[in-house]
Amino acid sequence: MSDTTQAGPVLAADGTPLKTSLNRALRRQKMRALALIAPLLIFVLVTFIAPIGDMLFRSVENKIVQDTLPLTVAALADWDPGLRELPEEPVYAALAADLQVAVKEKLHTKLGTRLNYENTGMSSMFRQIGRDVTKWDLATDGPFKEKFIEENKGWGDFATWRTLKSYSPTLTSGYFLNSVDLEKGPDGIRARDDNQRIYITLFIRTLWMALVITGACLLLGYPVAWLLANLPNKSANLLMILVLLPFWTSLLVRTSAWKVLLQEQGVINDVLVAIGFVADESRLQLINNQFGTITAMTHILLPFMILPLYSVMKTIPPSYLRAAKSLGATDWTAFWRVYFPQSVPGIGAGAILVFILSIGFYITPELVGGTKGVFISNRIAYHISSSLNWGLAAALGTILLAAVMLLYWAYDKIVGIDNVKLG
Amino acid sequence: MSNATHSGDAAFVEFERVQKSYDGETLVVKDLNLAIGQGEFLTMLGPSGSGKTTCLMMLAGFETATNGDIRLGGRPINNIPPHKRGIGMVFQNYALFPHMTIAENLSFPLEVRKMGKDEREAKVKRALDMVEMGAFGGRRPAQLSGGQQQRVALARALVFEPELVLMDEPLGALDKQLREKMQFEIKHISDNLGITVVYVTHDQTEALTMSDRVAVFDDGRIQQLAPPDKLYEEPENSFVAQFIGENNTMMGTIESINNGIAVVKLDGGGLIDCKPINVSKPGERTRVSIRPERVEFNKERLQPGAHTLKAEVLEFIYMGDIFRTRLRVAGNDEFIVKTRNAPDQKRLQPGTMLDIGWLPTDCRALDA
Repeated sequence: MSDTTQAGPVLAADGTPLKTSLNRALRRQKMRALALIAPLLIFVLVTFIAPIGDMLFRSVENKIVQDTLPLTVAALADWDPGLRELPEEPVYAALAADLQVAVKEKLHTKLGTRLNYENTGMSSMFRQIGRDVTKWDLATDGPFKEKFIEENKGWGDFATWRTLKSYSPTLTSGYFLNSVDLEKGPDGIRARDDNQRIYITLFIRTLWMALVITGACLLLGYPVAWLLANLPNKSANLLMILVLLPFWTSLLVRTSAWKVLLQEQGVINDVLVAIGFVADESRLQLINNQFGTITAMTHILLPFMILPLYSVMKTIPPSYLRAAKSLGATDWTAFWRVYFPQSVPGIGAGAILVFILSIGFYITPELVGGTKGVFISNRIAYHISSSLNWGLAAALGTILLAAVMLLYWAYDKIVGIDNVKLG
Repeated sequence: MSNATHSGDAAFVEFERVQKSYDGETLVVKDLNLAIGQGEFLTMLGPSGSGKTTCLMMLAGFETATNGDIRLGGRPINNIPPHKRGIGMVFQNYALFPHMTIAENLSFPLEVRKMGKDEREAKVKRALDMVEMGAFGGRRPAQLSGGQQQRVALARALVFEPELVLMDEPLGALDKQLREKMQFEIKHISDNLGITVVYVTHDQTEALTMSDRVAVFDDGRIQQLAPPDKLYEEPENSFVAQFIGENNTMMGTIESINNGIAVVKLDGGGLIDCKPINVSKPGERTRVSIRPERVEFNKERLQPGAHTLKAEVLEFIYMGDIFRTRLRVAGNDEFIVKTRNAPDQKRLQPGTMLDIGWLPTDCRALDA
């Protein structure tokens, strides 16, 4: 009682401020809680957050030119590509010196590969010069400008030097520009040639197909979730097992099953031909296109839509529908005005889950998508494992991550994230 | 009001030979015949599983009768969907739509009837004022207390002016005091509007307080259909006697029946005077039933020559308005006597022996 009448901070029985006292009492609890989650926290930091951070950094990291050709980079500092002239002899001499070191350490082909991303042909130029440059004597064999151009005309091309100059800083926006079909031209950033533009299309296709898959999952999953929530327990359990069954089957097996079903000589086409719906010579193209990807992914992701919907619908008492009908609403009005608005949190949760999962899907589009039905993730995987252009893969991944976060933010603004219920 | 109800052809709601089975093996409602008059407040009372809620749901249209006819205003409604029946309903958990404000909840039945905006607003306001909730139109149901939600649910069931309102244990979730207050309010509103109410409850006090007539359900049948006073004072069988109010019951055999008084020989020893209800001849087994407040200690108040029983006081409980005394009578340790807390009332001490008796009209000899 007297505590509330005091002017200063409220004191505990022993005279210490109540806040300090409370903090002390809670500290032990907090430490214990922290100790409990510490193993997981460390695991996630080491195996997940750190690699992702490293990967994100690769999308702008560009130390290779600076590290391999330090003298050349220094010599190029005064060269102005805006004048559209080849650099002077000292630059060529510096390049020769750098290359001799690089060839000894076998770094020049790597640099060639890297620069080839930006300017096709530079890979072979570096390989070619690598064979001869070690025979040159740096002190006596000059001038090197002519020697280089003799070796490969590319060294006399202004564009080669512009590329080298553009990519000499240790940080670059090149990967990101590449990811959105732009490049650094002589007059600054410009669009790539038409035949080189693929990523914007891929991004849009990925978003569009993820949207279609989410919509298809919602259309197919909503009635199932409704049934699940409203059937008597015994039948609901059986239905639930049927919904969960795909979860217990390997993703690869399910995708392969779709291959069997959808291919030109597959089950569905065979049936359609047998009942005379399509002629034998004009079998439907159901796989290796967008249709194949959408069909298979809708099937695979359906449980992720049904389960959140079900858990929300389960909490809507049937008396609401009855009340609406007793008040004079038809079945449809009762559903649309009373039941549906209350199931929106489940739709939100399911849609976010399915959309985000499908945006990053890889295996299924790879197997059934052909060329028209692949996602941006397939392109990222290609750059990681085949072309070894990790910087571009990282930039594409970063853009994908940013896009998902942007959508998430937009969803929060429009619907409100606390309106999402997973159970 | 209840007088208007008993002529069969004036019935507003009629159940005729209605049966209901969910599984095709057992009947939940067995041969229900019930006529409810216009403006009547009828309560269906019974233990859970007695079929009362099923009857209400059949009337509302959420369940279909397996057999028989249900008529509303003389029209069979078996094949009319719920939304076309025009029956207001108050649900056990109120079923207020949580995503709509109170005003929107009330406006809903008017909107689906394609009523104009001004008319809707006027009606919503009038209905909210009627339940004294006029200031709460902009709130959501979750922001209201249980009692307030109850009022809103009532207003919503009445706002489209139905002639018949069904209530399914509407007060079940409220605390005792609020429940009693709401009982009177519902009763007054229904009387003022002259609507017909079918009310389902398992709370007998509620049934007795509010109803014009009460239908006591058990085992899928109406055990007794009567006004509250008749139901309490003249139960027609032992189920009703035991279900409504507190009762002392003892088993016995009929000795004789003379001049409307049956003398019963109790199994625990002793003779007692009763009114024969479901018994007709000496030798029959019977269950006699006497209300705790009708037991008499004072011999002078009894008829001359009345039979009395020996009783031993086991326990005396002071309950404020009444005293509750537990006796051993004819081998029954649970014989309860209730006496009013009056200045001259004796407080019986445990161990006291005394004679008790009652007027033969207060004790009913029912089926065994």
